[in-house]
Amino acid sequence: MENRGITFGYGFLSQESSFDVQFSLIEFDGSHSYFRAYLVGLLNTILVSVIGIIFATIIGVVVGIARLSNNYLINRTAAVYVEFFRNIPLLLQIFFWYFAALRALPLPQDTEPMFGFFFLTIKGFFVPAFIWNNLDIFIYSIIAAIISIIFIRIYARKKQENEGIQTPVLSISIGLLIILPLLSFLFGGVDASVEVPVLKQLSQSGFTYEGGIKLPPELISLALALSLYTATFIAECVRAGVQGVSKGQKEAAASIGLTPNQVLKLVVMPQALRIIIPPTTNQYLNLTKNSSLAAAIAYPDLVLVFAGTALMQTGRAIEIVSITMLTYLSLSISISIFMNWYNKKIAIKEK
Amino acid sequence: MNKLNFLQPDKNNLNTYLYTGVILVALSIFIVFLNSFFKKDLISFLPGTLSFFLPLILGFIGLHLIRIEYSGLKFLDSINKNINTNNFNAFLSLLIVFVVIKSLPPLLSWFILDANIAGDSKDVCTGTGACWTYIKIWFNRFMYGMYPNAEQWRINLSFIALAFLGTIGFFATEKFKKYLTLYYVVIYPVIAFFFIFFFISGGPIFFDFSYGIIAAVISVIIGFFIPSKFKMYYFIIVPITLYILLKYVFFYEELIELGKLEALEWVETGAWGGLSLTFIVSFFCLIFCFPIGLFLSLGRRSDFPIIKYFSIGMIEFWRGVPLITVLFMSSVMFPMFLPEDMFIDKLVRVIIAISLFEAAYVAEVIRGGLQALPRGQYDAAKSLGMGYWKMHILVILPQALKLVIPGIANTFLALVKDTPLIFVVGLLEIVGMLNLAKTNPEWLGFAMEGYVFASVLFFIICYAMSKYSYNLEQKYKTER
Repeated sequence: MENRGITFGYGFLSQESSFDVQFSLIEFDGSHSYFRAYLVGLLNTILVSVIGIIFATIIGVVVGIARLSNNYLINRTAAVYVEFFRNIPLLLQIFFWYFAALRALPLPQDTEPMFGFFFLTIKGFFVPAFIWNNLDIFIYSIIAAIISIIFIRIYARKKQENEGIQTPVLSISIGLLIILPLLSFLFGGVDASVEVPVLKQLSQSGFTYEGGIKLPPELISLALALSLYTATFIAECVRAGVQGVSKGQKEAAASIGLTPNQVLKLVVMPQALRIIIPPTTNQYLNLTKNSSLAAAIAYPDLVLVFAGTALMQTGRAIEIVSITMLTYLSLSISISIFMNWYNKKIAIKEK
Repeated sequence: MNKLNFLQPDKNNLNTYLYTGVILVALSIFIVFLNSFFKKDLISFLPGTLSFFLPLILGFIGLHLIRIEYSGLKFLDSINKNINTNNFNAFLSLLIVFVVIKSLPPLLSWFILDANIAGDSKDVCTGTGACWTYIKIWFNRFMYGMYPNAEQWRINLSFIALAFLGTIGFFATEKFKKYLTLYYVVIYPVIAFFFIFFFISGGPIFFDFSYGIIAAVISVIIGFFIPSKFKMYYFIIVPITLYILLKYVFFYEELIELGKLEALEWVETGAWGGLSLTFIVSFFCLIFCFPIGLFLSLGRRSDFPIIKYFSIGMIEFWRGVPLITVLFMSSVMFPMFLPEDMFIDKLVRVIIAISLFEAAYVAEVIRGGLQALPRGQYDAAKSLGMGYWKMHILVILPQALKLVIPGIANTFLALVKDTPLIFVVGLLEIVGMLNLAKTNPEWLGFAMEGYVFASVLFFIICYAMSKYSYNLEQKYKTER
């Protein structure tokens, strides 16, 4: 290493980065440091991972339950979906959405709005943005709702253990989640107005939308591919989990007079979740790691911004690759430590 | 005849309801069918929203009428049992049927009816359908990458030969069955390596090939006269001794000349590509990652702290980082640690990186199998006086590996699906070639066809693999 004239050190992190990032959650331009570039990349990675995880969970649970359906058509449709999306490389899917599917969308000036205010264009999706007054009060109200739900759950569990009476926790929680933010609108002075994107001409033939939020096509295709791909694995986890609960459990629960809903809620789901959650967490982790494929379609995630652009500019391969790897490593190790703890906690205690 | 009340269908007049129901369902499907295949709208006189939902409503009522009672007609009962158990299911079934009918014509027209395959330039693709001409023209590139056209028979020959050698296991007689593992684990990969090294890479790379052949031939001939008791040791020691003797003691110049395969033009690995590169990378990674993973999993359960923590560290490290950063590391960081004059080929670095990466996953899968075995198996093996290796090879691993066939198959599938990532280091397998072809100025705008083509290829490969693993699992399943 020495004879190649390579020095080693992390001092470059505070240097001026002098490159620009297309899409970032925090303010960033060339005058900011490399460390801030790292943060930009990290935040973008987290953003696409969170979006992907949310959609993958929704699709995965729906498809997993559909695969258990006794309706032949639903069952087959879900199976075809799982087999199809699972057997095609993720990179190919990302390319497909980015280079083929989203490129077929119209130009901004030809776009018909969806539902009146969503604009799906080749340059990205333009969605309305909310402009808030007193946003903090609104957030506080949601936090208050969540805290009170937690207390109600604890109370309900105690009550059930002592008196055997069940409290309708779910409806109370949903009610709280709706009512408290509503109250903040009525009395807290919270106010939201919607800013709809407006078409604006840049040049002779160049149009774009102003206002609202712009979701770049890179983000959309990446999130789409990640969630469709990971959902197939989550669906299989869900299916395995529900099938893993033995029939005797359901029959026993039914024989002591529980209704089908209660059987599902009190007997099947708690046991199924014990099987479902660990592999599903693994899939979340995989999704986060797979989001590094963003580099292939120039979505500015950690790998592209930091291990790509910053590396090319500074030439500090060892430092940058090691930081990037350490970031992913610490993420996955912390999750796996949490999973081990969780597994121990929910494991059936046998003598 | 009883009074008919369509609002409250009951078991009397069952036949009337059944006929009405069947007619309604058939009508709704017919309307959608005409609409999507022949662009004829039978119900266009109705207001917009209603004409959109009418087939759904008709079919829904029809299915409801069919469902009221067991009819004794086989077809209707199987419908009731499979897709029509309650209102919700009936609704979803109808929805799926309609969506399939609606989406068939555009798909058919894109894939087949309006697609072009004739001709050999972009101009023939005027229709609205797919342009398969593009795939046809670029087919060689997608399969072989930048490999010279005239030399592509070498890849074909190697692959056909290897495929043939790979199926030997099915024809082996009972006598040779016990050597099959040795064949597949050691001999076959070596042969594969020779094929790829000599035929696909080719060129004047010197290799003591001729010495090896002569040593092997002589030792086989002498081997017939050796008592079978010593044969095992004989075949390990004698060929190597002969080889060393030939090379360093006798040393014939002519043999060196024989060993050079100058007839073949050397093709550097940078020019390899396409689907054949996918196969080459997957093949070698599969072969290497399994033993490494096996040793890591055994190491993780070892009693020696050094081995144990080394294994844990390796496994957790490779599992914790994305493959793309590993490939980055192998291409940017790794060469810095090498001595100045040392150079390792890009392809080799990639294969090492992917093998190590997937080995960590294989290790965790195998560990699951090892943990699933009851302690009694270990104790029983020990009580028979077996040592560590004998115990694992004869008792533990056969059972553990059998348990984890699905897991290993999944890891191998993941490996095959990860191969496109080698674009990071500039190797272009099929997805990389697609991206290259897509930017060719003469062939702009055919991204969709390319990706669909590659998707179908990958789907066939991966689906076949997963079905094969399922068969294996069924074959080796034993009741415990």
